[in-house]
Amino acid sequence: MGGVFEHKRHLIRMAGLFGLGGLAFVVLQLFMTPKSFGVYGHYRGDALQEISSRPPVFAGRAACAECHGDQADKLKTGPHARIGCEACHGALARHAEKPESVKPVKREVRDLCLTCHLKNAARPAKFPQVDGKEHGEGNPCNACHAPHSPKEMP
Amino acid sequence: MSKSRRELLLEGGKVLVMTAAASAAFEDVMAGHPEKAHGYEMGDHWWAMAIDVEKCVGCGNCVRACKEENGVSRQPYYFRTWVERYHVRGDQPEHPEVDSPNGGYDGFPEKFRVDDGGKSFFVPKLCNHCAHSPCTQVCPVGATFESPDGVVLVDKTYCLGCRYCVQACPYGCRFIDPATNTVDKCTLCYHRITKGLTTACVESCPTGARELGDLKDPSDPIHEFLRTHKTQVLKPQMATGSKLFYNGLDGSVR
Repeated sequence: MGGVFEHKRHLIRMAGLFGLGGLAFVVLQLFMTPKSFGVYGHYRGDALQEISSRPPVFAGRAACAECHGDQADKLKTGPHARIGCEACHGALARHAEKPESVKPVKREVRDLCLTCHLKNAARPAKFPQVDGKEHGEGNPCNACHAPHSPKEMP
Repeated sequence: MSKSRRELLLEGGKVLVMTAAASAAFEDVMAGHPEKAHGYEMGDHWWAMAIDVEKCVGCGNCVRACKEENGVSRQPYYFRTWVERYHVRGDQPEHPEVDSPNGGYDGFPEKFRVDDGGKSFFVPKLCNHCAHSPCTQVCPVGATFESPDGVVLVDKTYCLGCRYCVQACPYGCRFIDPATNTVDKCTLCYHRITKGLTTACVESCPTGARELGDLKDPSDPIHEFLRTHKTQVLKPQMATGSKLFYNGLDGSVR
């Protein structure tokens, strides 16, 4: 006896330990990896459902038109036709849910209109812009322009 | 060294129990199917966005709407979408002057003159929702991924906050959310588009400078936009498969 195999017991013990370690890893991985991991790719598939389940804050113009159809129709007649209601009126999904208890907050008119229409060199040249100090002499914009159809008098 | 019968039985028993547990767990894994969103089939969509630089007026509506819709920190420097103002002098196209005060949240105070020998324009930015995104490739834990409908998302319960993806994104679209210490980014309003709504930024854009598009829907107007405009993606040399198609993009934009 002797030579290489003299201490084979040590080798067998080591191999057994590695084997057990490997098995423990596989078992732990099976228990600790979420069920949906790997269904669509190397990530937790349930995350998609979780991310998409959050309620919206902006209701969307279709929801507005359900009650305010007259205003939505008026809007379609002028140059503001393509603007979503909530672009000016703010995020109103909660108002759409509970119209009585949650009311939209009106912004100061000049401030609101000049957000887009104040003269700025970086704005496209063909976009209608005004000098905020001179145009309208400080009067509210809707004294001369109907917001839902701005080329008409209110 | 020899084992007593007692030891042998104990060890053998442990192996048997563990094997049984493993097979039970494996069955569960095989049966696990995430619930599908109601009435929404992921395989039917491939989301993209058309951005028209020539229509952007820099009002900042998109930036404000995004923060409100997604609860993004109101502090400056945290943006899922933001607007940049470029000022390019005719003789220096390689050196544009770029600013984005508070991401455009408060609008852009006048800074340049129309006749100063340069050109100025606004460029809206957000996650490019790349089809081969560098950011998802570097995540060590599978916390960020491209969804089957083409949206790059973050599983915030899995994210370690290691910041690899923040560095990997060539467009600077990711940040560490100060509230959770995990990464945050544009989800293309995944909670809205899966319900048939458009994104908050598109909903609030007054000029139609951004339009959400579904490349798998033949009737979607984005196909006409791509057909009738000369579009470009950002950093095409990086082959990220970006799905943000810009019309009127100046060569100085990075």
